[in-house]
Amino acid sequence: MSDPVLRLAGVSKRFPGVLANDNVDFELAKGEIHALLGENGAGKTTLMNVVYGLYKHDEGQIFINGQEVEIHDPNDALAQGIGMVHQHFMLVPVMTVAENLMLGHETTRGPRLGSLSDLDDKKVAEDVKELGEVHGLAVNPGALVQDLSVGAQQRVEIVKALYRGADVLILDEPTAVLTPQEAEELFRVMHSLIAEGKSIIFITHKLKEVLEIADRITVLRDGKVAGTTTPSETSESELAAMMVGRDVILQVEKKPAHPGEPVMKIQDLQVRDQREQMVVRGVSLEVRAGEILGVAGVQGNGQRQLVEAITGLAHVEDGHVFVDGKEITNLKPRAITETGIAHVPEDRHKHGLVLAYPLDENLMLQTYYMPPFSKRTFIQPKAVKENAERLIKEYDVRTPSITTHAGSLSGGNQQKVIVARELSRDIRLLIANQPTRGLDVGSIEYIHRRIVEKRDEGVGVLLVSSELDEILGLADRIAVMFAGEILAVMPASEATKERLGLLMAGVQETPAAD
Amino acid sequence: MDTVFFVGILGLALVKATPIAFGAMSGLMCERSGVINIAIEGMMLMGAMMAFLGSVLFDDLTGGNMPQAASLVVGLLAAMLGAGLIALLHAVLSIHYKVDQIISGTVINLLAIGITNFTANAYIDPNGIAGVGVFPVITIPILSKIPFIGPIFFDHAPLVYLMLIMVALLQYALFKTPWGLRTRAVGEHPRAADTVGINVNRRRYINVTLGGLLAGLGGAFLVLESVGRFQKLMTTGRGFIALAAMIFGKWTSVGALGSAYLFGLSEALGVRLQLGDVNELQALALLIGLGLALLALVFAGLKLLRRGTDKRPTRAIGIVAIAGLALIGAALFINWPPVEIPIQFLGLLPYVVTILVLAGFVGRAIPPAAIGKPYEKA
Amino acid sequence: MATAEPTRSSRWRGLLSRVAVPLLAIFTALLVSAVVLVIQGTNPIDAYSALGEGAFGSQTAIIETLIKTAPFILAGLGIALAFRGGLFNIGVQGQLFMGSAFSVWVGYTFELPAIIHIPLALAAGMLGGALWAAIPGILKARNGAHEVITTIMLNFIASIVINWSISPGGPLRAPRTVVPETLPVHETARLPVLIADSRLHAGVIVALIAAFAVYWLLWRTVSGFEIRTVGANPSAARYAGINVGYNIVLTMMLSGALAGLGGAIQVLGLEPYNFTIGFNVGLGFDSIAVAVLGGIHPLGVVISAFLFGAMDAGSRLMQLRTKVPIDIVTITQGLILAFVAANVIIRQIYRIRAETEEGPVKLSELYGGED
Repeated sequence: MSDPVLRLAGVSKRFPGVLANDNVDFELAKGEIHALLGENGAGKTTLMNVVYGLYKHDEGQIFINGQEVEIHDPNDALAQGIGMVHQHFMLVPVMTVAENLMLGHETTRGPRLGSLSDLDDKKVAEDVKELGEVHGLAVNPGALVQDLSVGAQQRVEIVKALYRGADVLILDEPTAVLTPQEAEELFRVMHSLIAEGKSIIFITHKLKEVLEIADRITVLRDGKVAGTTTPSETSESELAAMMVGRDVILQVEKKPAHPGEPVMKIQDLQVRDQREQMVVRGVSLEVRAGEILGVAGVQGNGQRQLVEAITGLAHVEDGHVFVDGKEITNLKPRAITETGIAHVPEDRHKHGLVLAYPLDENLMLQTYYMPPFSKRTFIQPKAVKENAERLIKEYDVRTPSITTHAGSLSGGNQQKVIVARELSRDIRLLIANQPTRGLDVGSIEYIHRRIVEKRDEGVGVLLVSSELDEILGLADRIAVMFAGEILAVMPASEATKERLGLLMAGVQETPAAD
Repeated sequence: MDTVFFVGILGLALVKATPIAFGAMSGLMCERSGVINIAIEGMMLMGAMMAFLGSVLFDDLTGGNMPQAASLVVGLLAAMLGAGLIALLHAVLSIHYKVDQIISGTVINLLAIGITNFTANAYIDPNGIAGVGVFPVITIPILSKIPFIGPIFFDHAPLVYLMLIMVALLQYALFKTPWGLRTRAVGEHPRAADTVGINVNRRRYINVTLGGLLAGLGGAFLVLESVGRFQKLMTTGRGFIALAAMIFGKWTSVGALGSAYLFGLSEALGVRLQLGDVNELQALALLIGLGLALLALVFAGLKLLRRGTDKRPTRAIGIVAIAGLALIGAALFINWPPVEIPIQFLGLLPYVVTILVLAGFVGRAIPPAAIGKPYEKA
Repeated sequence: MATAEPTRSSRWRGLLSRVAVPLLAIFTALLVSAVVLVIQGTNPIDAYSALGEGAFGSQTAIIETLIKTAPFILAGLGIALAFRGGLFNIGVQGQLFMGSAFSVWVGYTFELPAIIHIPLALAAGMLGGALWAAIPGILKARNGAHEVITTIMLNFIASIVINWSISPGGPLRAPRTVVPETLPVHETARLPVLIADSRLHAGVIVALIAAFAVYWLLWRTVSGFEIRTVGANPSAARYAGINVGYNIVLTMMLSGALAGLGGAIQVLGLEPYNFTIGFNVGLGFDSIAVAVLGGIHPLGVVISAFLFGAMDAGSRLMQLRTKVPIDIVTITQGLILAFVAANVIIRQIYRIRAETEEGPVKLSELYGGED
C-alpha cells in the first residue's frame, strides 16, 4: 500500500485563548475525495490553512508522499503540489483571469529583464484553454474577474491551483456560494480531476453533499477528530451526531411558557445581499408574547440578513414585517426601535457598541435623544450617570468605573452592557442574534437567565443562534433556517439534537404525522 | 491666429506639464501600491532644493573644471536622493508605524517646507549663491522638422524627453510586466497577493521610495530647466495639481500625462493672455476644445487597450472628439470679441475639474481598492 | 472576571501617560531640531533662550504670543471638531480666507453701533467659512468624494478667488490704492483692545469662548453626541438611528465656521484692519499639528495652540539675535506632529506602557470608497 499523498500526525494549532486544532491525525489517499466535515468553529479551515502554509502549526508533523515537509508559506505548499481554493476568493477583481493566474509566478517572453520582462498573456491564455478542455473548466482568460459570476470565479480559483501544478486540491466550503446546478457542475469537475490522478480535500458542513461525493469522511468537532468513516458505513443521522456531539445541554431553569398574542409577524420576507443574491427566500415566522422562538442554523444561511431586514438595517425586497399589527417593513432603524423592539446585534463591535466611548455613553446609545437623557438638545449628565450606575450594578458588569472605555472590557462584559441597555427599556420584542458568541460560561449563564426573565415578563423573544445547545436550552419553539428558507418549525419538546442537526445540514424532513 | 502661435502654445504646454506629470507619476507609484500620498508637494520641494544644492556644490568642489552638464546631472541625482529619502520617511511612518497615511503625508509636507525654507534662509540667500545654469534645449534632428508635430514634441530640454520616456515606460511596466502585476495586486487585494507569496510591505516600501525619486525629478525640473535657481516654496501647489492629474488620469501614467498636459495648457494660455496675444474667450474655447479632444483620445486609447470598466459607447467618444475638434477650429479661425474674464479664473481649472471628477460627475474615480489601509498578515 | 477597583495611583498614572507622550514628543522634537541648529553652526541654547525670551520675556512678548495663539486656537478647534466627526478638514486655509473676506466686507460696508457691528462681522466670518466647508461636506455625504482632496482643491480655489477680488477691478478692492488690499473696516467693527495701547485684541477672548463652546457642543448636547458617534463608529451610529449624511455636512460646516472665525478675528483685530495678499498663509497644515498634539480635545488644542503661538512669536527674536531662520520652528512643528502621530516611537524610546485609550480617528480608511 503506497504512502498517502498527504498525512497529518498530531497537528495542533493554538490561537490566543483557543485551541483550534487539537492533536489531529488525518490522511489523504491518492485519487480520493476526502470530506472534512464539521460545524462552524470546528477547526476545519484552520487545519487546511496550516497545510497551505498560511498558518504555522504548533505541534505535529506534515508528510507528503511519506516524506516529512516544512511548509512556511503558500509558495512552499504550491511547490509541494498543494493548492487551495478559499471560501473568500483570493482573486483581484479588476484584473483579468490570466493576470490572476499568473500572479506571483509570471510567464514572460522576450528578453529576460527580470521583473520588467514582458508578460506573456498569450501563452497563459493557451495554457488556460488547454487546462479548461481537459477538465471541462471553461474560463475566459481575458475576462475581468469582477465581471464573472460567482461560479465562474470559483472555476478560476480551481484553474489557478491546477495551473501551479497542484496535485492535491483543498476546497473550502465550495458550494456555499453556488446554486444547486453550479454545485452539480462542480462535482462533475471534481470527478474529472480525480480521473486525472489528483486528490481532493473537501471542507463542508452539508451532510447530503458529503454522502454524495466523498470517498472518505473525517468529522471534526471542537478541534478534535470525532471520527473517520465512509459513506457506505454511515448515515446522515450518525454523521450529525458526530458533528454536534452528545454534550450536556446547558441547563437553564425555565418555567413553562405562557405565550400570548403574536408580537411580530414576518410574512414571505425576501432580502438580497450586496452581491444581488437572494439570501432570504420567503421566510415567514411568528413570535408571540411571552415565548422564545429560536432560529437554529449554521451561520451563513441568511440569518444575519433576516435580522438586519427586520431591524431596518437592510432593505426588504419583498414581503412584510408587522409588530403588534403595525407594518414596520423598511422603516428607519429609529422608528423600528421606537415601536418597542430591542436588538442585541451579532457583531457587537460594529453595531452594538462604540468601543471608544465610555460605558455611560454606550448605555444610552439608542435613546440618548429622549428624556431623561436629554432635555431640549442638552444632555443631562446626572441622568446619564445614574442610569449607568444602576445598570452596571443590576447587570453585574465588571468594570473599574462607569467611564471606562468599552473597548477595554472583556467580551462577556461588553455583551452585558449591550444587554443591559436593550433590556432596560420598555420593550415588546427582543431580538438576540448570537448573543453569547465567544463568551465565558459565567456570562453565558447570566445572559440566558436575563432572556428568560424578559420572556416571563411577557416580552416576545426572537433568538437567532448557531449554537444548538443554546437553542435547545432556551427556546420554546424552534425554527431551522437553511439556505435562506425555514425548513421546519416545531415545539421544543419535539426537538432533538439529531433532528435539528439534520435540518441544519439541509436534510429536508419527509412529511410525517404532525 | 496663425499656426506658429498655436504650435508655440502647444509646445509651451508640454513644458509646463512636465513637473506635474512627474508628480502625478510619483503619486501613481505610491497609490497603485496602496499608499496614499499627499506629500508629492513636499517631495518635489526637496527635490528642487537638492537639485540646486547638488549642482552648485559639485561645481564648487570640482573647481569649475567639469562641464556644466556634469554638474546638472549631479544636481538631478541629488534631487532624486533628497526626495527619495523623504519618501522613505513617509513609507516608514505609514507602513511600519502604521500612522494614518494622510497625517504622515502632512508631516512630510511640513518638514519639507521647514527644511527647504530654513536652508534657503540660512545658507542660499544670505550667500547669494548663483546656480550653474539650466539644461540646454536639445533639438532632435529630423524628427523636429516634421510639420506641426515636430516643434511641439522634439524641441525641448532633456527632462521633458525623460518625462515622456518615463510615461511610456511606466505605462508599459504597470500593465505588461510582472513588476506591474504584483504592484497592482498589492494595491487592490494585498491578501490575495500575500497568498501567492508576494511580500506586500516590502513592495510598498520600494514603490513609495521610487515614487519619491520621480517627484524629485519633477522638482529638479523647476530649478534645472526653468529659472536656474531655488526659490522658497517654488512648487506653488504643483504637487497637489499632480494629485488631481493622477486622479483625473485614472491612476495610469498616460492618463496622468493627458491631464497634466491639460493643466499645462491652461498655464501656457495664462502666460500668453497676459502678453495680450490671445483673447479670453478664444483661450477658453481653445482650452475646452483641446480638453475634449484629449479626453476622447484617452478614452479611445483605454478602450483599445481594453483596460478599465468604463462602458462608454464608441459613439459617445466620437461625438466628444468631434465637438473638441470643432471648438479648436472655431478658436483658431473666428474673430472673438474681447470679453472681460479675469485671467485668474483660467487657473481655477485644475482644481474645479478635480472636484468634479471626485464627485463622480466626469466618470468614476476609483482608486486602488486596498488604498489607505496598513497591511497586517493574518 | 473582576477588575481591581481604581486606586488613586493608577488613575494618576493614566493621566500622566496621556500627558507624558505629547510632552516627550515636544521635547524630542526640540532635541532633534537642536541637532539641526548645531549642524548649521548655532548654539541651540542661545537659539532656544532667544525663542523663549521672544515669547515670554516681556509684556510685549506675551501679548504677541497671545495674538498669535488666537487664530491657532480657532483653526485647531475646527480641525479637532472635524476629526471628532470622522472627517479630515485640511480646508481650514480656504475657509479662513472666506471668513476673512466676508467679515471684512461687512466691516467696511456698514457702519453700525459696535455692539451690533462686531458680532455681525464675526458672524459673517463664520458664515463664509461654513459655506465654503459645506461644499466638500455635501460632496462627501452624497457622492462619497473624499474630503481630503476636495478641501485641498477648495483651498486653492479660495486663494485664487480672493486674490482676484482684491486685484485691480476686483469687487473687494479698495479704490485708489496701488497695493492689492481692501478698505479697512470701520472703527465700529474693530475688536476692542484689552490692554491700553497694546496689540492685544478681544479675539483672544473670542477664541477661548469658542473653545468652551466646542467642548459644550461635543459633550453636552444631543447634536454633539451624534457628531462624535458618527466619527467613532458610523455603523453603530446608523444603528442608533443617527442620520450619518446630515451629520457629515453639519460637522464640516461647524468646522468651517470656526476656521472662518479665525480669519475674522485677524482682520477685525489687527492693524491695518484690512485684507491683503499673503495674509495668514500656512495656517492650514500647522493647525493639523496643533489639533493632533492637543489630542483633538478643546482643552488640549488651547494649550498646544499656545505652544505654537509662543514658538511663532519667539522666532522673530531668535532670528534677530542668532540669525537662525524662523523656519526651524516649522521643522520642529513637523517633528512634533510626527512623534505624536507615531507615538509608538516615543513609547519605545521612553518605555511608556500603552493604555487602551482612543487614538486619533482612523481617517484614511474610507479613502477608497468602500465601507
